[in-house]
Amino acid sequence: MVKDLLSVRHLNVGFDHQFGHTAVIDDVSFSIEKGETLCIVGESGCGKSLTSLSIMGLLPKGGRITDGKILFQDHDISHKTTKELSKIRGKEISMIFQEPMTALNPLHTVGHQIAEVLLAHEKVSRNEANQKAVEMLKLVGIPSPEKRFKQYPHELSGGMRQRVMIAMALICKPDLLIADEPTTALDVTIQAQILELIQELKNKFGMSLLLITHDLGVVSETADKVIVMYAGQVVESSETKELFTHPKHPYTQGLIKSIPKMDEDEEELATIKGTVPSPDEMPEGCRFVTRCPFAKDICHQKKPPIVNVGHEVHCWLYSDDNVKGGIPLVDNV
Amino acid sequence: MLYYIARRLVLMIGILFLVSVLVFVLINVIPGDPATLMLGQEATAGARAALRQSLGLNDPLYIQYLHWVGGVLHGNLGYSLADHTPVMSILLNKIPVTLELTILSFLIAVAIAIPVGIISAIRKGTAWDYVTTVFALSGVSIPAFWLGILLIYLFSVTLGWLPPSGYVSLTDNPVKSIVLMIMPSISLGIRLSAQLTRMLRSSLLEVMEADYIRTGYAKGLMEKAVVFKHALRNAMLPVLTVSGLELSAFLGGAVITETIFAVPGLGQLIVNAILTRDFPIVQGAILFIAFAVVFVNFLVDIAYSLLDPRISLGGASK
Amino acid sequence: MEQPQLKAGPITFSKPSKKVVSRRSSKILKHKLALMGGIFVAVLILLAVFAPLIAPYSPIRQSYAEALKPPSSAHWFGTDTLGRDLFSRIIFGAQVSLKAGLISVGLALLIGVPLGMISGYFRGLWDDLIIMRVTDAMLAFPSLILALTLAAVLGPSLNHAMIAIGLVFTPNFIRLVRGEVLAQREREYVTAAKASGLKNVHIMIRHIFPNILGPIIVQATLNVAAAIIAEASLSYLGLGTQLPTPSWGAMLAEGQGYLQQAPWISIFPGLFIFVAVISINVFGDGIRDWLDPKIK
Ligand SMILES: Nc1ncnc2c1ncn2[C@@H]1O[C@H](COP(=O)(O)OP(=O)(O)OP(=O)(O)O)[C@@H](O)[C@H]1O
Ligand SMILES: [Mg+2]
Repeated sequence: MVKDLLSVRHLNVGFDHQFGHTAVIDDVSFSIEKGETLCIVGESGCGKSLTSLSIMGLLPKGGRITDGKILFQDHDISHKTTKELSKIRGKEISMIFQEPMTALNPLHTVGHQIAEVLLAHEKVSRNEANQKAVEMLKLVGIPSPEKRFKQYPHELSGGMRQRVMIAMALICKPDLLIADEPTTALDVTIQAQILELIQELKNKFGMSLLLITHDLGVVSETADKVIVMYAGQVVESSETKELFTHPKHPYTQGLIKSIPKMDEDEEELATIKGTVPSPDEMPEGCRFVTRCPFAKDICHQKKPPIVNVGHEVHCWLYSDDNVKGGIPLVDNV
Repeated sequence: MLYYIARRLVLMIGILFLVSVLVFVLINVIPGDPATLMLGQEATAGARAALRQSLGLNDPLYIQYLHWVGGVLHGNLGYSLADHTPVMSILLNKIPVTLELTILSFLIAVAIAIPVGIISAIRKGTAWDYVTTVFALSGVSIPAFWLGILLIYLFSVTLGWLPPSGYVSLTDNPVKSIVLMIMPSISLGIRLSAQLTRMLRSSLLEVMEADYIRTGYAKGLMEKAVVFKHALRNAMLPVLTVSGLELSAFLGGAVITETIFAVPGLGQLIVNAILTRDFPIVQGAILFIAFAVVFVNFLVDIAYSLLDPRISLGGASK
Repeated sequence: MEQPQLKAGPITFSKPSKKVVSRRSSKILKHKLALMGGIFVAVLILLAVFAPLIAPYSPIRQSYAEALKPPSSAHWFGTDTLGRDLFSRIIFGAQVSLKAGLISVGLALLIGVPLGMISGYFRGLWDDLIIMRVTDAMLAFPSLILALTLAAVLGPSLNHAMIAIGLVFTPNFIRLVRGEVLAQREREYVTAAKASGLKNVHIMIRHIFPNILGPIIVQATLNVAAAIIAEASLSYLGLGTQLPTPSWGAMLAEGQGYLQQAPWISIFPGLFIFVAVISINVFGDGIRDWLDPKIK
């Protein structure tokens, strides 16, 4: 059995606020092996960022892990203090964010901000750190790195800044890189370059990658495994190829159907009708029930079981009773 | 950068011009005849007319203004109506006194505001934060003269620790000078410290939610490093601007403070000159203070552009 | 209404404000403070209005036998150098302070709001060159010194002090209103009103003004507090309210020479200024939070 680098088990996250507590992430589990790429996909607001921020211990104010474990190299890091986590962050697990425009401190040079990571984690001199930072800038494909080193974030384009973020994240050669929609805020032309860079460096450093994205095209190209999230829960998790060829959950099917194809008009894209229920009015049973074309009575009443259909799907439609009952479900899209 | 400074400089000169016009207008709308004031009621009409003539009071206002500005540019601010000493030399005597008071007060204000503001922001919602909120509210609401009197009552009348008033120059006896300045500086500095605390707290709270702060933590920095290296500098920018804007109110406070504690500085000079209607002195002193305010704000602008790289290059404003 | 639809592409989704949650505790504190401030302000107004009924003595009746008496059941706050009852003088002093605060700010509003509106609405040379630069220059003067000089030029009296304070506070309102109008004039409703041929004056008064009223009220409230301090300062320096009218600032100055024998003469008037000012400030902050919950 291969050992997991990261294993998230039954993660629950919620927010404390003046009216009490709202649970947002519900029983999310997944694991990543060394060198593997895992993608999390799902609609906006489904909890992808919160899941990744929980791993980093960077939940926004009021947010808190209410249950579950996050095992990193077999140690539970879900309840560590900032001080303990600071030894892991940036050194063993790094993260890059969606907004390169605001993720860098406007008052410090980019070189300073990259070198700072090394200085925080390793016993190196300021000079060595600076040198390493220039090397990293070169590595992430920034031309004339010595010059860029001394520049401020506002002097760089969005794509450049994201490269700087990558340099910063990788300077200590972490074991795991978390990338939360790293290209969403960038020009379409730059997006592919950045993804390619991440892929390339991932292979070079032998890291694992947790990639969060909206873009199923990206998933099919990069991921080894995929988990599909809906309203704070995992609805389906699978090897990538399997998921695209045999999507089981109605939500996943909808997502895949809505990928724009070359020969189709934008207008005719299939969409999933309805909206995500808000965290405070989650349905009792399956959270997708309000939008599911195949919803049955049981779906309204009880949380769906995890069914193994070659991979795992959280859906009543595949539970034994139903399969016997013969569900008119199209297996292929 | 140079371009930025040059632009600010031009702007400053424009404002200084307007300031001088305002001062001139303010003083020259006084009802009453300076010649009568200077010579007294008993003087003959002829003597008064002669004096008016020699003072140029019969010229049209704009000529009088040009005359006055010409004098100002040559360092001549006119003469006291009381004893005909040059206003300039009176001011030069008083300025160091007020400078000592304001610098000490400013230091007290900053020494309180920075730690208290930081702690209340990062320990938001704790008892510390409540105490700070109450302090900030009281500090901006307490009248300086009442605070001064309370201090005198406590430290001079009741405890007998500090002399209630007086002034010794810093060069004559530094220790005594500072001791005498303790109460005046506190009573002048408290308001500013409350304002700065408030500003710094809210500015830090805002900055602490910025993405680059999260990046700082994601890098593996400790809280201290994040606060001091990344948050504080960003949070200081708006505080800096506001403290520049507060400067004029701060100097206004010196008038009251100097009166309470009998500190012979610019503020006391202005009050006495106003009470004796010695308007050349009032005019000169106000002009000096306004110039100082404008000049310090110019310096603040420059400091801002040095602290914020986004300004020096793009030339874009805040 | 169209349903938001799911596409495989970036989907925007507005998250609930993160600030609401974390600001909760200090918000409650502020709420309570604002309420208390409001109650104090109301009490103060009642004291001022019903001063003749409440005050146990005449505020100007002198009695040498009673001079410098410490607080007692007969004289709650003691008596001053001329044997006047301090409590009665303080209650009548509330009239002076509130009047000074309200009238000077009223004057500043009367001049500042129209100028600010015109300046912000029409922009142009007038706005940039005259209004902005002149207010810039005016703000370079310490307002207290400016008010002092004006009060001296006009001659010391309460009325003149109020005029001086009002004029000195005017730039605050010009600036505020101009800024607000600048923001509003880009809004759609103004464009629409213009397109439908309404007169500028009508648009300014009927459409823009109601939309900028909130910040004006907040600023006015906070400036009333500042004006009360300013009047007290002028009176303290002898350039405001003249004797024998009881004014808190003048009373405090009077007592300063007697701190040893009769500290109450200075302490009580000062306490009232402080409480009045802090209450109004807290109340003003409360209005601001209530009008615009987003601001901390
Ligand atoms: N600070 C917060 N306070 C309260 N609730 C929050 C907060 N941040 C997020 N949430 C809730 O958690 C849910 C998940 O948010 P999250 O940011 O993880 O979504 P996401 O899947 O990353 O979406 P996106 O694709 O837009 O980035 C949101 O729907 C929101 O209701
Ligand atoms: Mg997200």
